Order: sequence, then structure tokens, then C-alpha cells
Amino acid sequence: MHAAPSFIPLGDSALQVVFGDRLDPALNRRALALSRALAELPGLTDRVPAYASLTLHYDALVWTHKGLIDAVEPFLAAADTPDEANRRLTVPVCYGGEHGPDLDGVARHCRLSPAEVIARHSGGDYRVYFLGFAPGFAYLGGLDPLLATPRHPTPLPNVPAGAVGIAGDQTGIYPQASPGGWQIIGRTPLRLFDPRRKAPCLLMPGDALRFAPIGPEEFARQAEAAP
Amino acid sequence: MIRVEQPGLLSTIQDRGRSGWQHLGITPGGVMDSYSAAVANILVGNPPDAAVLEITLHGPRLRFESGAWLAVTGADLSPFMEGSAVPGWRPVWLPAGSRLRFGPPRSGCRAYLAVAGGFAVPPLLGSRSTDLRAGFGGLEGRPLRANDVLAHYAGSLPIPDDSWRLHALNWFVAWSQELSLGGRARLRFVPGPDWTALPLSGQHALAGETYRISATSDRMGLRLEGPPLVLPSLGERLSAGVAFGTLQLPPGGQPILLGVDRQTTGGYPVLGTVASVDHPRLAQLRPGHVVHFEPIAVEEAQELNRQRAERLRRLRASLGLRWPLSGKTHRGAP
Repeated sequence: MHAAPSFIPLGDSALQVVFGDRLDPALNRRALALSRALAELPGLTDRVPAYASLTLHYDALVWTHKGLIDAVEPFLAAADTPDEANRRLTVPVCYGGEHGPDLDGVARHCRLSPAEVIARHSGGDYRVYFLGFAPGFAYLGGLDPLLATPRHPTPLPNVPAGAVGIAGDQTGIYPQASPGGWQIIGRTPLRLFDPRRKAPCLLMPGDALRFAPIGPEEFARQAEAAP
Repeated sequence: MIRVEQPGLLSTIQDRGRSGWQHLGITPGGVMDSYSAAVANILVGNPPDAAVLEITLHGPRLRFESGAWLAVTGADLSPFMEGSAVPGWRPVWLPAGSRLRFGPPRSGCRAYLAVAGGFAVPPLLGSRSTDLRAGFGGLEGRPLRANDVLAHYAGSLPIPDDSWRLHALNWFVAWSQELSLGGRARLRFVPGPDWTALPLSGQHALAGETYRISATSDRMGLRLEGPPLVLPSLGERLSAGVAFGTLQLPPGGQPILLGVDRQTTGGYPVLGTVASVDHPRLAQLRPGHVVHFEPIAVEEAQELNRQRAERLRRLRASLGLRWPLSGKTHRGAP
């Protein structure tokens, strides 16, 4: 049995269903399962999962706050039996060199060799908890705690799209070029966000992710071929 | 066709925003003041999802290569044409060759220009809105620039017989019930999870006229300046979805009101979320303006929202009767 979630109004047009207050894949799976179960409920404009919650943005001319809670409650059972058939994706990463200028610094900070940093980073199993911060940016769980490195004290003005970085105990991929303070250890040739694609973002909440090391020539070849 | 001679401070193509993509981190965006934009569209006979121009404080200079019906609503940014004022909140016919310009910003922050037919930019992910941070949608994902050419779809309003001169109808939509364009605004809000943890002194500070809008405010969020608010358990919360009007409290103690270009999730404590009915007031706040907050129940916020929607529905119905249902139609030039 699971504890009942709490329902919190986020103003008059959004309802937050909160499953817990800790970073736990089990809570995240319930949020994602509830989101899937509510796909056909009318009057919802957005279903936004996060670590341990699901925020439902709704048309307040269709639903009242209490009416929506009543409509959601029958679907909670579906959230308690999450469907685990999630996608498994492999993201190629060219580590170090011009694509990963901070690899050596991260290695020094972690008292590892650069090769060990690559082995540990590409050896991990990661979970996409949710997307946020920017289009296509995935909040990933699963970084080896030995790789935790604080971010740069001042953000760099231009981190390229596809840069793979570490900030504290998190790792992530920049979907678009932007300023940023993460320690950049590599870069993927994949395009994580393209508003012109039918599926604009490569990663989806719930995806299981691994990183696979590639060399600079392979990076160049795949970057060329990326749509 | 409309030629941009000067772009103004920040003028972007927006519609009602992009819904259904927040789970991928894509912000809904759209117009900040949905009331003023909706009225502008109603005034020129557009559907509710037509794209308008959102104009911030200092407006552009636009040359109309062909005549067009338009309406300017929202902030009073002193629109004029060849020396005569272009009155707001009503349909105006601008003859071919006119230059629409804007003078000093008198009140409010954002004006909306609707052209009959609506601006013609290709929809992306279901919307014509400009996402400035991600750089897509609207006009190439950016604000207007000099020498841009704006196309619009064909409108449904009849061309006036003497189409060579300016026409400004002698009636207008009264907006004072919906907006406060002066220097202060009351924002009603639904308290959030961290509201009751805020000491009474902090709650009173938010209720009084204590906080001003900071200069570092934009479509992403409005920063408030005033006495720092302190929660007994400061720090970060587990990131969760946030909404337009969500009042966050970062560790510095200066609250932030989230705008339409906010990130889709946030990790700061949430004091509450401004009621939809007061979003237009929030959108019209300028740096230096004073806000005070009044907690209301979610049921009351929803009732106020329904009443607003009903007033807009009646406005649309009554204006439909004012315009002749047949007659010559004005053709834009996309």
C-alpha cells in the first residue's frame, strides 16, 4: 500500500499532486504513471511530472479545484502499479579534449584519472526523472557520488548545445547553447531539442539512459549526420 | 503588409501560448496580459487564438503598406499617427502608407496591437508565440528588428468607403474593472504550501504596500524589492511544477512573481499563486510600481475567473452585433 498523495492548489488553474518530499525513483514512477493514466481526461492543458509530484494545469472553466480532485482520485490506483516498460536510450559522448574542457579539472577534484572519470560516468545507469529548466533539459538521477564536483564559480558565457556536464551530485546535457556553470566533461552529437521535429525533445520523463564514449572522429561524423 | 521602421524596446509576436509541452521543459509563453490581448482581438473581429504584437514600454514605428483595421489595448504607450493620437480600446482604420508610432509610455507596461486577420507567422508546436529564451516561434524566435516585414491574414471587417483617411470609432471598451495601470496594484492570490510557515510579520509585509517591482523584471519573472522574508526552514524544495503568477521565495528573501516565460519547474519555496483574474494587473506592473497581496480561497479565484470569462464572452457577442455581417472584406497581404 502507498500513502495517499496530497493535493495542493497552484493558483486557480493548476493542481499539484504530491507523492512525497524526497528524491526517490519509486515516487517518480508514481507521478509518471498517474500522468499517463490521465492522458484522456478532458480539460487538462499540461501534465508536468517532477521528482515526486505531478502538476496538472487545467482549464478552470471546465474544472473546479474540488471537481478535479474528485476526477483524479479514481486514477490513483493506476499510479500505484507503475508500468515499467520505459525506453532505454544510449547517448554517445565524446569525452575530454575540445569537447570536454573540464574533464581534467573534474578528475583532479575527484582524485581520479581522466580515464576513470570517463569509465565511471559512462558506466552508470541513469534515470530521466523529468524535464525542466529549458526545453529538453533532463534532470538525471544516477551519477556516481565519487564524480560529484561543484560548478564553476562564475558561469561561462557560451556552453555549446550537447555539452555534458557535472554540477554537484548531478549530471546533465545542455539541449541548447547557453551560458552555464557546469563542469563540461564531454559533448554528444545528438540534438536534444529541435522545435521543428515532430518529437521536439529526444529525452522523455522515465527514460533509462546510458552514456557511451565515442572518439572525436565519430563525434564529427554523427554531428554531420544529425538531422 | 507592415514594415518595421524602428523595433522599439521589446516587441514580440504572441498568442495565447503553447500548451501541452511543459512536460518537456517547453514554457507556455504567450501574451503576458491575456485580457488586453483578448479585447484587442475581439475589437478587430479576430478569433481568440490570433497572434498579436506585444509592445513593451517603448513602442515601434510601423509603416502600413496597405490599409488595415487595428486595435491597441493594454498599457497607454501614446500611439499616434502623423501628429494625431490613435485612441486605444476601439477599432481604428489606418489607411495605406500610414506610420503608426508610439510616444512616451504613460501608464502600464505592455500594449497589444491586433490587426484584423492576425499576424501571419508559421505556428510552431501549436502556437505563434515567440519563445525568446529558447529562440523559436513567432518571428524567428526573436523580437522585432528594423526592416522586418510583418504579414497578416485577411480580416473579416469591411473596408471603409473613404479608406484613405483614419477612422477611429467613437465607442471604446471600458477596462478599468480589469486592469490597474497606475503605480500600484493589488494582487489576489491562492496561498501555497509555504505560506503558513511564513511568520505573521512577513504575511503582513506582503499585505501592505511594502514591495516594489525591481528593474530586473521581464516576461520570465518580476522580482520584488522590500524587507527580506524569512522562512523558518529556508533553502530549496524538491523541484516541482510552477505556474504563471507563482510567488517564489529564493534564499535571499526577495520574492519573485513568475511570468509566462518562466521555467516549467522550480525548487524555491512557494508562498502562493496569483489568481488568474489578476494576471493582467501583474503583467502591467513596471519597475518601481508597488504591489500588495491579498490571500483568497481557490474557489473565489475560480469564481472571479468565470466572471471575467463571461464578461469577455458578452463583449465578443455585443461587438459581433455592431459590425455588419456582410459587406466588403478587408484583405491583408500575407
